[in-house]
Amino acid sequence: MQAPRATNGRAPDVFLPGGWVPMREYPETEEVDFVIIGTGAGGGTLACKLAEAGFSVVALDAGAYWRPLEDFASDEREQSKLYWTDERIVDGANPIKLGSNNSGKSVGGSTVHFAMVSLRFRPEWFKSRSVLGYGADWPVDWREMWHYYDEVEQALQISGPVSYPWGPARPRYPRRAHPLNAAATHLARGAEALGTEWAETPLATLSSPHGKAHPCVYRGMCVIGCSTNAKQSVLVTWLPRALAAGAEIRDLAMAGRIDTGPDGRATGVHYHREGTWRFQKAKHVVVAGYAIETPRLLLNSACSRFPEGLANSSGLVGRNLMVQLNQAVWGQVDEEIRSYKGPPSLAISEHWNYSDAGKDYHGGWAYMSQGPLPITWATTLAGGRGLWGQPLIDEMALNNHSVGLKMVGEVLPYPHNRVTLADETDQYGLRIPRVTFALGDNEHAMIAHALDFMEASLEATGARDRWRETDDTCHLNGTARMGDDPASSVVNADCRSWDVPNLWICDGSVFPTVGGANPSLTIQALACRTADRIRELARQGAL
Amino acid sequence: MTDRFPDYDVLNKRNTLSWDARTRDVINARLDLPERSDVLTPAQIATLRALADRIVPQPQGRQAVNVVALILEKLAGETSADGYRHAGLPPARDAWKRGLDAIEAEAQERHRARFTDLPPADADALLRAVQSGDVRADWTSLPPRLFWQWRMLPDLVSAYYAHPSAWSAMGFGGPASPRGYVRLAPGRRDPWEPAEAGDQALLSASFRNRRVG
Repeated sequence: MQAPRATNGRAPDVFLPGGWVPMREYPETEEVDFVIIGTGAGGGTLACKLAEAGFSVVALDAGAYWRPLEDFASDEREQSKLYWTDERIVDGANPIKLGSNNSGKSVGGSTVHFAMVSLRFRPEWFKSRSVLGYGADWPVDWREMWHYYDEVEQALQISGPVSYPWGPARPRYPRRAHPLNAAATHLARGAEALGTEWAETPLATLSSPHGKAHPCVYRGMCVIGCSTNAKQSVLVTWLPRALAAGAEIRDLAMAGRIDTGPDGRATGVHYHREGTWRFQKAKHVVVAGYAIETPRLLLNSACSRFPEGLANSSGLVGRNLMVQLNQAVWGQVDEEIRSYKGPPSLAISEHWNYSDAGKDYHGGWAYMSQGPLPITWATTLAGGRGLWGQPLIDEMALNNHSVGLKMVGEVLPYPHNRVTLADETDQYGLRIPRVTFALGDNEHAMIAHALDFMEASLEATGARDRWRETDDTCHLNGTARMGDDPASSVVNADCRSWDVPNLWICDGSVFPTVGGANPSLTIQALACRTADRIRELARQGAL
Repeated sequence: MTDRFPDYDVLNKRNTLSWDARTRDVINARLDLPERSDVLTPAQIATLRALADRIVPQPQGRQAVNVVALILEKLAGETSADGYRHAGLPPARDAWKRGLDAIEAEAQERHRARFTDLPPADADALLRAVQSGDVRADWTSLPPRLFWQWRMLPDLVSAYYAHPSAWSAMGFGGPASPRGYVRLAPGRRDPWEPAEAGDQALLSASFRNRRVG
């Protein structure tokens, strides 16, 4: 898409082909209360909550404003339009594959193409340093986070099991669980055989009608964008609420630099839209670009007063980048699985997130059933098994009998895993990010345990010709961690910069640790908490 | 291998509730996509075509996959980027130009022949050498293993499996919006899904596949 849609007092109605909803607009010369850069799980949620609290909000997104019902095809290649495909350099011992895997470029961010897995963190993870002996403590209490998890699960109408086998008691999920597809039955049967618990995966896709959205039709293309609006992405949940509450959303608006005044406070943001650079004045600036674009923007905003980049007196902006381990075991079974049907991960085990018995490593991991689409599966076979030529084509023809289990595993924070600026510039003239990553001994030990366990599960349910996909990763977190000490963190518990008091960060960048759970629910819960804290600070006159 | 999904053609569903308008437009445009001549030289395109035939052989008895057109289209894009680039590789278009030239140089070095003229066994042996980095020609500007793993193989495979012929040959249900699926359990098939030869059902797979729609 070349031209912005959210202009002239209206924004796309995501529930209606060709439809529009009214949108309040703010002049660039007006100093709005908050300009938010990014409208994904962090920024989109915060835009809604701040607008509903009565603040004036302008939210920028580099991506397009889609109407899923008319814009999304059932096609992997076409839907690459949802991904952040601008050039980024990857290096290190284990360079990370970005783009489709973990980086969205749409209004609604990566939630437009996420797999919808909506998990709470294990309570101890918020104090993993002091309670579990690794990583870093979060400056927030798990009970407070669990209160916000309640709020997000309601807002997204999460579909989940009647009772959840792991962790402290939680409220019943708002919607019934989705049925298990064939791939999920293998996880369930394997867990039963190994004597561990399993559950239907809590998912942000509707199992019954809600508002203007239909329930899931089990089309199976969730990770390339839901074309029926069953998926409860930020695009169809928080953002319609944000617009109704008076927020303005500017699509195809790429932020390039945050300006600071002589008093060291942020004054607004330079952004590129419709072919020109513009400037939005704001009392507060929120960076919500996810774990690569957030540090990139802070580093690209270096000035004489902050020569190492904004909010970077600790030197930690860009450091402690954490992916999650995404290794898998695959095999062949006699019966037809057809894993292209239904959401890709309908069953889950969090056993090794909550049990530490016998581990020779720190941290936790979950594993889930899988449903890769053709291009994803073909590149997995080509990369993971070195297949090409007729052997690749023949293996692809066995896909309806393949079944797999994939982990989401905790990576520890290492300062040397980081985002820096490369010398190359992009189409906006901005220096592009260089993403450097290496796994450590702890990760290798976790991978070995997880692959053995998942293979035992597949063996127990009759899978033969098993093989291990050993090098995949998912999700991006860290690079602007929160904490209690300005020397060892970038933002405080309110996600407010220690250095620039009217600069905030609201996305997965602030995670001190990542646990073995998909991060989106926690990012949204933290955004809800940040909004409440901002409202409270405003009430106290402490903004 | 014989066709596991006889008479299944995902395109037969083009005008059903499994294909919405957007999907129809996208796939129609892809099937008709012409090969651009403004991205690579004719010699490079010829090498690319021969390479694609070895890496992703055409499905038998089905419409050919226009792999070359899809690669050229990708490389013509303004950024042609995937959102990440290994630090050891140049941008996509450059990498492909250098890679195709190097494969041709490798054929000259080993066989005094063009890559396009090599018998399949020789072409495959040459490609295995590139895959393992065991090259003889000058690859100093393009590490062969990185090119193989991070550029050539993912690009070719992604292009090939973007085509309905490849979906039909692997028994993939294909586009599925808004109809979706109903029968999710093991061994269960919706009437608009491919049937597999030898699945012991009462009616032959071919008979059922001709009625997918």
